[in-house]
Amino acid sequence: MTETTSPNTSRTLTDVKPLVEIQGVHKFFGEHHVLQGIDMTVKPGEVSVIIGPSGSGKSTLLRCINLLETISAGRIYVHNDLIGFREVDGKLHDLTTKQIAAQRREIGMVFQRFNLFPHKTALQNVIEAPTQVKHQSKSAAKLKALELLEMVGLSDRANFYPSQLSGGQQQRVAIARALAMEPELMLFDEPTSALDPELVGDVLEVMKKLAASGMTMIVVTHEIGFAREVGDTLTFMDAGVVVESGNPRDIIANPQHHRTQEFLSRVL
Amino acid sequence: MSRAFERRSTPRSGSGLELIDAVPVRHPWRWVGAALILLIVALAAQSMVTNPKFYWKTFQTYLFDVLVIQGVGWTLILTVTSMIIAIVLAILLAFMRQSDNPLFRYVSWVWVWFFRGTPVYTQLLFWGSIGALYPKIIVGVPFGPELLSWDTATVINATVAAIVGLGLNESAYLAEIFRAGLKSVDNGQMEAAEALGMRRGKVMWRIILPQAMRVIIPPTGNETIGMLKTTSLVLAVPFTLDLTFVTNALASRTFLPIPLLMVAAFWYLVITSVLMVGQFYIERHFGKGVDNVTMAPVKATAVVAAAHTKPPAQADGTTEGGK
Repeated sequence: MTETTSPNTSRTLTDVKPLVEIQGVHKFFGEHHVLQGIDMTVKPGEVSVIIGPSGSGKSTLLRCINLLETISAGRIYVHNDLIGFREVDGKLHDLTTKQIAAQRREIGMVFQRFNLFPHKTALQNVIEAPTQVKHQSKSAAKLKALELLEMVGLSDRANFYPSQLSGGQQQRVAIARALAMEPELMLFDEPTSALDPELVGDVLEVMKKLAASGMTMIVVTHEIGFAREVGDTLTFMDAGVVVESGNPRDIIANPQHHRTQEFLSRVL
Repeated sequence: MSRAFERRSTPRSGSGLELIDAVPVRHPWRWVGAALILLIVALAAQSMVTNPKFYWKTFQTYLFDVLVIQGVGWTLILTVTSMIIAIVLAILLAFMRQSDNPLFRYVSWVWVWFFRGTPVYTQLLFWGSIGALYPKIIVGVPFGPELLSWDTATVINATVAAIVGLGLNESAYLAEIFRAGLKSVDNGQMEAAEALGMRRGKVMWRIILPQAMRVIIPPTGNETIGMLKTTSLVLAVPFTLDLTFVTNALASRTFLPIPLLMVAAFWYLVITSVLMVGQFYIERHFGKGVDNVTMAPVKATAVVAAAHTKPPAQADGTTEGGK
């Protein structure tokens, strides 16, 4: 895995090159201008939390990083790799499906509605991509998968089908499934929004563990407590723009912009 | 999950718990209805047994006649092989229809349009007379020399013509069933698999299709049983060994159409019943994880392995979300 031995090292590093660079990104859905010039950087090991009202474009931004949506303008770089295109003499060329798949392998994604494969057990869900995409042997992938399920506290549920698991358990399997590809970046798209309140804690606990292990994470969430406790940076988005960004504790305690104040007063 | 099941199977006696033993609602009219139906069935049976025009003796004579049994065999061969061809083509056509490649989409659309749009009888006539249209099959350089050639009549004999004709026609109908099945799978499945770096073709084959099969199988079973009966149209080729043709031939030879119709009906019913049993097991296989969670094998090996490393997690959220 991308685990580093000393957690929180990244928090003090300010001079490292960013892992994710988002530069002037725009996105249109037909006439609808969803992202209106987003700039953002995420350093290796950083936990970047994005909050904002629904429809602010935060999920769309996340999906653009993973090529589930194609951006209309701007550039996204992950590990100096231009996402979705090849730039030749200032002209962008679409990537082939094979190249797109290769880029996605480096980026793990966790969805709001888990999206586990219902016809496969928890273990089979986790080993699917390592065996099918990376062509790992089944036994090696299984060993690794059991380790990951242990990490998310579900090794005793390895042979359960998703429908036999609670929402919180399903989401933790989904996290293990994404980690099995050993990504250098994890994207979380409102990972706890579809969960019953008492199940949210388990999922956040796993995410905290992951953050402490040094994983680079971009988390779209409504969990202000998580942002304050685990986030290295907090970005508040509204109507397709970044309104405010900085240290989570500062922003939550003392929001500068009135839209941030308004939003926080409603969710806190 | 299994709690309700446990309560019914092993009521804990002596725990001081008084289990509910409610008096069920009575349904007297159901008994009346059942009696009425039995009466009608009995009357019908009696009329069939006593009516001499059914010629049950002849029925018995021909039920296991060699020609009839061979007819059953040929009908089965035609049904199974043409359905296999149709299913393989239908998967291909449905994938092509969902493809990013416009060429694939158009080819698939035109195929379905053509084979669904012309009568199967006409198509069978065409395959039967292809030898007259193209007497030789030639492999060679286009507009250049020929390398190999065969007589069409020997390559596409009546059996091949019948199977190809039935299979290609059916593939068009099945393609639409498969397409409907693929569309029924939640979009999030495609996104999750693609986010893991899987290519579209692999996602379709390993993630989307297995889930779609739950929806695809019942109408495909329907089509298979339909095909069983459609095989009787192969006389258009002409193919003359299937069950309907054979029993019709025997009927005109004996001048007793009714008992031979009954023979054919009996065997069609037997084959249909066997096919339905097969469908039950296929449905159960593809329903795993969704329809038949309690039947799913939960192997204990991993649980045991986990138990060695750490005590089982406290029984947290397992109660909700289960079936």
